[in-house]
Amino acid sequence: MSSTRVLGLGSALRQAALKPRVNAFRMVVPKRGIQTQSLSPSAMTEILNSQRLKRPSSPHFTIYQFQLTWLGSIANRMTGAALSVLLYGYALAYLVAPGTFDSAHVIELVAGLPDVVKYAGKTILAAPFAFHSWNGLRHLAWDTGKFLSLKGAYQTGYAVLGATAVTTVALVLM
Amino acid sequence: MQSLVARSSVLRPSVLKLSARTFSTSSARAQAVPTEKPVLNKQFKIYRWNPEDPAAKPKLQTYTVDLNQCGPMILDALIKIKNEIDPTLTFRRSCREGICGSCAMNINGQNTLACLCRIDRSPSKDTKIYPLPHMYIVKDLVPDLTQFYKQYKSIEPYLKNDNPPADREFLQSQEDRRKLDGMYECILCACCSTSCPSYWWNQDEYLGPATLMAAYRWMADSRDTYSAQRKEKLQNEMSLYRCHTIFNCARTCPKGLNPAAAIAKIKLELATE
Repeated sequence: MSSTRVLGLGSALRQAALKPRVNAFRMVVPKRGIQTQSLSPSAMTEILNSQRLKRPSSPHFTIYQFQLTWLGSIANRMTGAALSVLLYGYALAYLVAPGTFDSAHVIELVAGLPDVVKYAGKTILAAPFAFHSWNGLRHLAWDTGKFLSLKGAYQTGYAVLGATAVTTVALVLM
Repeated sequence: MQSLVARSSVLRPSVLKLSARTFSTSSARAQAVPTEKPVLNKQFKIYRWNPEDPAAKPKLQTYTVDLNQCGPMILDALIKIKNEIDPTLTFRRSCREGICGSCAMNINGQNTLACLCRIDRSPSKDTKIYPLPHMYIVKDLVPDLTQFYKQYKSIEPYLKNDNPPADREFLQSQEDRRKLDGMYECILCACCSTSCPSYWWNQDEYLGPATLMAAYRWMADSRDTYSAQRKEKLQNEMSLYRCHTIFNCARTCPKGLNPAAAIAKIKLELATE
């Protein structure tokens, strides 16, 4: 049995047995040059595991469609991290060198800058602050069970973007 | 019969004349060919990786398909490519009507079922087809879903009740039954879980939207008495709370379900109990 399986002759032999009048030798000659081997279950697991080691991971954020859902989330994460770095960085700098980073010195430094730099700097500070604050309210609404439909997520998403734009302009002009 | 026809033709020769004219064919008609649709070629770029050649990097292979000789859905195009162009192209498919969840893949950047996704017929835009994102690949468009199924198994997705009614089936009010709508329809295609950035980064510990919605489906079931134990299992940093309400899951679900809402309800119940 095992030898016929190795040679792939099983079906050919069966055919030959069912049709004895035809030249039996020609029916037994294998049609395909494929050899199969039967393996023990443990050997199959080994093959599977050796394949698993080499499997690639499919691409993810590089191929995923841009959607307000996950771009909003990553923006929330990034603005949160940036604002935290600024807060803690400034606080630590003040702790290390209180003479250089006190309010009087900062006001003096900013006052000497050209208007373009002032407005650009204010925008860079105001936009992440506005977005993160509004989006935080959006998350609080979700956590209390509001706007949990896909439509709700998109409407609040666009509302946050609109409110961010208005707030940023207001803060920059302040 | 013959005599009848003969008699009628004798009596009413105009009828015979008319019918003869109806069946006559002009020479132009004899040569007419059925109108053929014009060729509408479209390019499909499909992710390929072969485990027989593991050292070769995954690549995108381009196939050109005449859309006028092809069915309307992405799955039709894939089957046509496999039948007529490249039999080595490998993908899962079964029901072709969005109920088995086998043909889940990333089409033009969004996870969906190939059988429910229409082909965009503009020939200038090519269609990109990848396997489900951030999964180990068995071959071409076939991801390894072992971990996904293990996670599903871990939430014990079946009715648990120590005191079943002795003489009859469980009864449930219509309102209680309605709580399960929008959750029991999940076909476990894994589109939502593999669209979730949190699941991409913490697949080993975070359960993912599909499994969590299944968990809530049993928590919300009035016949199940193990709600407290089910919630207890999720009371840790990773299993549930890696969900950051991103909503990619609800956006991508080919069945129109909302795992994000189900997870938010679990969080709310855990916070208010």
